[in-house]
Amino acid sequence: MDEVLLRSLTPSVLTVLVRRGADFAAAEDAVQDALVEALRVWPADPPRDPKGWLVTVAWRKFLDAARADAARRRREDRVEEEPVAGPAPAVDDTLQLYFLCAHPSLTPASAVALTLRAVGGLTTRQIAEAYLVPEATMAQRISRAKRTVSGVRLDRPADVATVLRVLYLVFNEGYSGDVDLAAEAIRLTRQLAAAIDHPEVAGLLALMLLHHARRAARTAPDGSLVPLAEQDRGRWDTRLIADGVRILQAALARDRLGEFQAQAAIAALHADAPTADETDWVQIVEWYDELARLTDNPIVRLNRAVAVGEADGPRAGLAALAELDDSLPRHTAVAAHLHERDGDLAKAARLYTEAADKAPNLAERAHLTRQAARLNARR
Amino acid sequence: MAKYLLLKHYRGAPAPVNDVPMDQWSPDEISAHMQYMNDFAARLEKTGEFVDGQALAPEGAWVRYDGEGRPPVTDGPFAETKDLIAGWMIIDVDSYERAVELAGELSAAPGAGGKPIHEWLEVRPFYGVQPTITE
Repeated sequence: MDEVLLRSLTPSVLTVLVRRGADFAAAEDAVQDALVEALRVWPADPPRDPKGWLVTVAWRKFLDAARADAARRRREDRVEEEPVAGPAPAVDDTLQLYFLCAHPSLTPASAVALTLRAVGGLTTRQIAEAYLVPEATMAQRISRAKRTVSGVRLDRPADVATVLRVLYLVFNEGYSGDVDLAAEAIRLTRQLAAAIDHPEVAGLLALMLLHHARRAARTAPDGSLVPLAEQDRGRWDTRLIADGVRILQAALARDRLGEFQAQAAIAALHADAPTADETDWVQIVEWYDELARLTDNPIVRLNRAVAVGEADGPRAGLAALAELDDSLPRHTAVAAHLHERDGDLAKAARLYTEAADKAPNLAERAHLTRQAARLNARR
Repeated sequence: MAKYLLLKHYRGAPAPVNDVPMDQWSPDEISAHMQYMNDFAARLEKTGEFVDGQALAPEGAWVRYDGEGRPPVTDGPFAETKDLIAGWMIIDVDSYERAVELAGELSAAPGAGGKPIHEWLEVRPFYGVQPTITE
């Protein structure tokens, strides 16, 4: 049974049902029922036209559900009178589904869950596992999201940026359970890039590929973090890097720069360096300047301070850092790193300890505590 | 079987015997400590006694209702006087004795100098198990 094929068909089947007049929430339930049916029937009796099969079964499930609802009998009659469409259209019309699932009326958590369910075709259990919450909690989150968007019409796409933000949130979640969310985000972004011609979609896809290429090298076997400079570059996935760079170059050539393209350019410069020492920090600083022009995100300026520290020396980095609010996440860790490079080991050790207390996750906390311990042991 | 909560504290518990702050350990000692905790959890998974475990950040706040239409009161980031939980593990074991035995093992995690830290852990039984009724 090709679960990947099933998942990739989900959004277009859903779109067909909604186009035929089914309410989004009811259509989504019917598609899930059809997927369960497919898992049961297909191994013994594979259909010639999987999508057509799914549309037929899902539509029947939808009608069954509508029929079972006595209070809706009149509407059901009207639905039954409508002719059932012929073969499903071959064109991929799932694009609007992306926009619906990233609708601005949804909270980010709901948009992410709905996107994974409706566009990604994941089961509620898989999504719950990936986000480490009970299945009942995730089921509620998804049904609330469905209710929120059920009145929204599947027509004109809104802002691409909201869709990209949701996909980026999925990517950043990493993985647990049996679904690799980073890989899932890449799959969905590839699908989106195939359906829409937009340089920022390409930029995000390139960024994801370039980050993903380094994933294996980013943690040691015991789960601890390995900083970029110490990573075994032999473990980077050169095929993904080449793919990312090619997609990025095509996007940049269109001369409509956006923040994802700029971030991908920075990632590409890191990926391009044969050793950490050969990193082109001067060019990276220039890209951070572009990025700062495109967004007023203070995290960008924090990262820029790190790059300045590498390009122009730790004093210059500290000067750039001094202009920023010291309550920014990871500000203390950056300060510790720059003070260490500047030779003030006592201050660096103290700051690493302080940064460890503020770390957002256990791996980062352990990493920063180790940095402090390393310097304390040396003194 | 009954569930127990093993609580590890940042502060508030009596000082451990091997009381050296973690940033004064060597990086290898930190790794050994983390490894011990992971191995411990993995072993309990194998024996079917592990339920859940999480680590908590050191920063926390007390929060209190402050009346209709007003935002809740928090004590802000003044953590000095608080008993702060660093993390927990929930185990499902046959007896109280087994829970104490496991807490003892966890407390023996290596610290500075590779020696056990002997930290104090709290063991709390869960409510919810009905007493067996016999005529």
